[in-house]
Amino acid sequence: MQNAAMNIEDKGGDKLVLHVGPQHPGSGHFRIVVTVDGDYIVGAKPDPGYVHRGAEKMAEYRDYIQNIPHLERPVIIDATGVTLPYVLTAERIIDVEAPERAQYIRMIMAELNRIISHLYWLGIYGIFLGHSTMFMWPMGDRELFIDLAESIGGTRVTFSYVVPGGVRNDMPSNFKERALKTFDYFEKRIEEYKKIFFNNPLMAARTEGIGILEKKDAIRLGITGSNLRACGIDSDTRKDEPYCLYDRVDFEIPTRKEGDSYARCIVRLEELQQSMNIMKQVLDIMEPGPIKQVIGGVMRGEPGEAFVRTEAARGTMFYHIVSDGEKNPYRVKISVPSFRNLIGMTHLLVGSRLADMPAIYWSLDYWPVEADR
Amino acid sequence: MPAKLDTENQLVTSLTDQFKNKIKTEYVITNRIKVSTSQDNFKNLAIAVKNLGFEQVISQGGTDYPDNNVFRLEYHLICVSKKKLRRIMFSIMTEISKDKPEIDTLIEIFPSAEFHEQETYENFGITFIGHPRKERLLLPEDWDDIPPLRKDYILPGRG
Repeated sequence: MQNAAMNIEDKGGDKLVLHVGPQHPGSGHFRIVVTVDGDYIVGAKPDPGYVHRGAEKMAEYRDYIQNIPHLERPVIIDATGVTLPYVLTAERIIDVEAPERAQYIRMIMAELNRIISHLYWLGIYGIFLGHSTMFMWPMGDRELFIDLAESIGGTRVTFSYVVPGGVRNDMPSNFKERALKTFDYFEKRIEEYKKIFFNNPLMAARTEGIGILEKKDAIRLGITGSNLRACGIDSDTRKDEPYCLYDRVDFEIPTRKEGDSYARCIVRLEELQQSMNIMKQVLDIMEPGPIKQVIGGVMRGEPGEAFVRTEAARGTMFYHIVSDGEKNPYRVKISVPSFRNLIGMTHLLVGSRLADMPAIYWSLDYWPVEADR
Repeated sequence: MPAKLDTENQLVTSLTDQFKNKIKTEYVITNRIKVSTSQDNFKNLAIAVKNLGFEQVISQGGTDYPDNNVFRLEYHLICVSKKKLRRIMFSIMTEISKDKPEIDTLIEIFPSAEFHEQETYENFGITFIGHPRKERLLLPEDWDDIPPLRKDYILPGRG
């Protein structure tokens, strides 16, 4: 028997099938069908695709410049995180390289976007656990970083700022001064976040020991990014295969051994500090210079292919572009961390309690639009 | 300055020792290796590459080549546990005839390929024999057109 209005299906016996999403306020545009036995989840089937637009197909109808704002759409929350790997791949096809100053500004934008994305995640995680102050604080502080990114990129979230050959424009002359002020303020705020949320016994009770991902399972299931680092593996594309000029800055990779929801949260919190450390160093070492290699005419590449991965806010972002020498790419393949995390999400939910579902689901920082593309 | 490719070359040599002329090295450049093989040998190659240490599927996808009547199927593999191999992406590739688009699934070897293969199935119509799920993943449930990433599918209004 199925109750369509409630989306609940009685399987007979003690089991019940429950549809969470796609209109659930906590799920985003995403549905997960869980089978529960009493309070325990015994089966979980993710159903993505509600915001699938066929970005890969549409990319075949756009040239290398038009594809920048197009491919930014799936992850506007981490706009540089998704456009930077695209541009790096396109640069290998077109065979151009950005000048040094452009590489540094790209790193600043990437790290600002990482903070913007992590703070959004933290705000939602706060409200998921019923902690409304932890919703308002990160959302408010996020504005400061959006202001910084806006002063470089010109818009609040969708910058389309990184282009093949460099970046669109130089950053304002007072950026360093403004940024350092913001970092100074935010470093104190991180301590306050810890006091009110991370060291809060209620937060610990909801997340510690919940949704434990074993190291071997994380490797087997293809988990990357903060979720992998929370299982004790210090893998980060910025160190593993440095792009831009990440090999010139010194930063730590925060890791935890526990692999539970709390570990994933604390890793992201520590990454906020590391991102600021990276930007401080970049602001110190960068020198005036050209910010773009001008490419005349329509960009075309030689027939061939290139693939590049970068560390976006949610994990490894991967692009594969095949060119046949025309102005539009022949094929664009995007592999996004959220899509790859679906399998880990299924793994974690089965066996856990229904009440822990929000704490596990959002601790993975799943972004439905990114997964669907 | 010639790039140092010691690790990359070692990895490829160990494969060519094992498979002789059954595999073709497409290219070996810094941090990138691409090896192709025939469809019937693809699973063996995947097992061999996994034994080298490449344990995760970072991406899997296809490309349609209507002129040659083939799909190119690629798995891009990475290693996260061994520091020495982390910088390398290992790609394995095979060609599948469009007349019979079928191939064995690799999810027993790489569980992380599960959703990738399901996506490739609906986008190209390539059947992965042994894959547990055949329902729609990203496309609408009532999609009744040809698989959209094939080149003969034209975006509405762009024909």
